[in-house]
Amino acid sequence: MTATTTAPSAAPDHAPAPVRPPSPRLKAWATRAPLLPALIFMIAVTQLPFVATLVISFFDWNSLYPDARRFTGFANYGDVLGDADLRGSVWTTILLTVAVVLASLVLGLALALLLDRRFKGRGVVRTLLIAPFLVVPVAAALLWKHVLYNPEYGLLNGLLHYVGGPQPDWISNTPLLAVEAALVWQWTPFMMLILLAGLQSRDQQQIEAARVDGASDWQIFVHLTLPHLRRYLELGALLGSIYIVQNFDAVFTLTSGGLGTANLPYTVYQSFYQAHENGLASAAGVLVVIGSIIIATFALRVVSSLFREEAGRA
Amino acid sequence: MSATAARPAAVRTETGRARRKAGAGLGLVAWLAGIVFFLPIAWMALTSFHSEEDAATNPPSFAASLTLDGYREFFGADGGASPWPALANSAVASIASTLLVLVLALPAAYALSIRPVKKWTDVLFFFLSTKMLPVVAGLLPVYLFAKNTDLLDNIWLLVILYTSMNLPIAVWMMQSFLAEVPVAIIEAARVDGARLPTVLTRVVAPIALPGIAATSLICFIFSWNELLFARVLTGVVAETAPVFLTGFITSQGLFLAKVCAASLVISLPVLAAGFAAQDKLVQGLSLGAVK
Repeated sequence: MTATTTAPSAAPDHAPAPVRPPSPRLKAWATRAPLLPALIFMIAVTQLPFVATLVISFFDWNSLYPDARRFTGFANYGDVLGDADLRGSVWTTILLTVAVVLASLVLGLALALLLDRRFKGRGVVRTLLIAPFLVVPVAAALLWKHVLYNPEYGLLNGLLHYVGGPQPDWISNTPLLAVEAALVWQWTPFMMLILLAGLQSRDQQQIEAARVDGASDWQIFVHLTLPHLRRYLELGALLGSIYIVQNFDAVFTLTSGGLGTANLPYTVYQSFYQAHENGLASAAGVLVVIGSIIIATFALRVVSSLFREEAGRA
Repeated sequence: MSATAARPAAVRTETGRARRKAGAGLGLVAWLAGIVFFLPIAWMALTSFHSEEDAATNPPSFAASLTLDGYREFFGADGGASPWPALANSAVASIASTLLVLVLALPAAYALSIRPVKKWTDVLFFFLSTKMLPVVAGLLPVYLFAKNTDLLDNIWLLVILYTSMNLPIAVWMMQSFLAEVPVAIIEAARVDGARLPTVLTRVVAPIALPGIAATSLICFIFSWNELLFARVLTGVVAETAPVFLTGFITSQGLFLAKVCAASLVISLPVLAAGFAAQDKLVQGLSLGAVK
């Protein structure tokens, strides 16, 4: 008797279920299907060309002499690493990336700490600081090349003129430093924004408690703020690296790769676009990828730790 | 009675005053830093309104009279190449690729967040890993492919490439935005008998729209800024605005005002979009990891 009375009351729970339950396999495909267009697109447009690059890198192939194309194994890699100019561009890439990332990270941290405080016009200052990141990269490079660095009428020498300083030719004297300064100017705002987000996600109660216990600002910074910021610093460093390793615009615009500023992306561009050395260009391209994979391995670890934390929070 | 309450009032106000003073000083430092970082852009803007003679002086001329000649010349008044085709190409490449990204990324993000497929984090990481594959690694095959299929100097090839460049970021961002839609609301709507299209347009869309807008802005900015692909794969017909700008690389001081006007005009859409979405910009660039 009880069984019959409970049965109807349980029925509404089952009501929304479909009348004919689809097979589990069909259902699995139905949930997977929306992913497929994006996945197939990405594999076709990014993975296939890379595989082609990998294959070409094993050939001696100058597009001006297409008939002389032949398989050479790792010879192109030997050439890239053996040629002083090409080896130089590997070194330049490392130097450029490390210098720009570190400098913009330190500056970005200082600015983020300044902007984390309340003061009049904070929103305006933040907007002023973000602007360099929002100028089209080629335009930013042109700005530095012509408007700031020019030895005859550039703003830098114009300002130096007022204090009776020297009038250096910035790009000729310190070409790599000139490229780095322009990139630091563009990337510091990005680092600042990431670190500012980190600062504002700190536990304010914990900081108040530490202050009540008599901790100095410096102690709070070293023992509370920095450990909290670590993940944000790592994230900024790794994302900055990924973008700056690939930088082409600044090198191309400021120095056209001259004066020892050619990095790997510029070298790849030049060796196939101007020298028509398809095999060499591909080998250099594969080396850029290997470098990026090393960075990316660390990057993925950091991002996945951020990610796990978020999944844990939910 | 706690330690703070026991502290003499005089000491408390004194440290408070010292801290306020230091705070005001640091605020000034922040203002100074903001001005230093913005100075090159302000100077570029001022120079763009100077005549070419006033633009190229040392010491710099602050008080020179203003003119629109730089802009007039940039838009082709001196018989030089008009920037309009390049600007139009950039607009087509950026807007079309952004739309294509949305069409591909929205269903993917839906599958990864609202009704997650198994191993969905692996799929997300695959998308992310393609972002770490440097552009130069695929440049040559794409160039050879375009050359052999007559797609060189065709804006639609850039649309495809820019879509692949932005799709991973878009999937990540939208995944994190859609994950914020409470599943309980969706379930409730379904129990009330709403079908999938209704659920998507009435429940999911209103919550996710600001995120979708931010994602679109970021995709637009990246496409608008891109130089390497455009430089290699376009020529006369499909030239984009950044490629047009590279025409100024060798130009000398005679055209300084024109260079400044050109740089500002071409940066304007990005500056506008970027200021509109400052916070989302970071979130997008850091692949949703920073909230």
